[in-house]
Amino acid sequence: MPTRRIPVVERIFRANEGVAAEVRALCREHGVTLVNIMASPGAGKTTFLLATAHALADRFRIAVIEGDVASTVDSDRVRSEGFPAIQINTGGGCHLDARQVRGALDELDLDQFDLVLVENVGNLVCPVGFDLGESLRIALSSVPEGWDKPLKYPAIFQRTDAVVLNKIDLMPHLAFDEAEFRRLVQGLNPGVPVISVSSTEGTGILEWTTWLADQLSS
Amino acid sequence: MHELAVTESILDIVCRHAAEAGADRVVRIHLVIGELSSIVDDSVQFYFDFLSEKSCARGAELTFRRLPVQVECRACGHSWEPENADWTCPQCGAAQARVVTGNEFYVDSIEVE
Repeated sequence: MPTRRIPVVERIFRANEGVAAEVRALCREHGVTLVNIMASPGAGKTTFLLATAHALADRFRIAVIEGDVASTVDSDRVRSEGFPAIQINTGGGCHLDARQVRGALDELDLDQFDLVLVENVGNLVCPVGFDLGESLRIALSSVPEGWDKPLKYPAIFQRTDAVVLNKIDLMPHLAFDEAEFRRLVQGLNPGVPVISVSSTEGTGILEWTTWLADQLSS
Repeated sequence: MHELAVTESILDIVCRHAAEAGADRVVRIHLVIGELSSIVDDSVQFYFDFLSEKSCARGAELTFRRLPVQVECRACGHSWEPENADWTCPQCGAAQARVVTGNEFYVDSIEVE
């Protein structure tokens, strides 16, 4: 049987992007800023997220969405520090998608919140392709991972609104070339803010939360 | 796991377009993947063979056209294909590259009977 060719030209992520657009509209309607925090496992996402939430708690009403393959370890920890948290377990999935986030938002009374921090599944590759409907994307990297991560995982640094370098208190113990890290990030994403922090000691958290608060008010 | 979700989307798109065209069977699916998209060809084909079993695209062959990463310097206009993720302009040294190709990931066309 003769075959015929049909042009399609349809983006494969379109279904997810459609739901992401709904999430974005929902957040706009309720005056909520959704922040998607992406990083590798062990980069210190939860500690960073909590340092951020504590620093901004007197100015914004904050809720947290935790994405993990399994367990409620992170959401339990966030709740124990006084912030409402919704846990998404992906059951093996390597990233969050917009549908999961929309489900989690349904569990929150969005009129009660200004800022929702989303901790994505620990992974430097897969979360990048999945728009969650966020207003801001943050790539969190940490000193023990090494300065060369932008060379190995360019997409996460290229498609983000800010890069935060965590665990800078460990810098004296490790051979981390911060200037080279910053040069590589700027090459991939010209003009992107790169903010160095220690979430455990509080270094740089003021600079980071000032930047974040500026984005919320603009 | 990522490729599984992606392959489900591919199958949805393909079957919808085949139905709209009144086709009985899809024999070939042409995909375009930018090198920044982090998609593994073999995994997609593997999941596709499994997922498509009871669909109009059963047994269809997937072809992958890989688009290299191409960037352009905003400062001097030089365009090049970087060999690694150091995107500093080799001509003027500026760190102002813009992605021209590399982020694509779409179904380009299908061949049907």
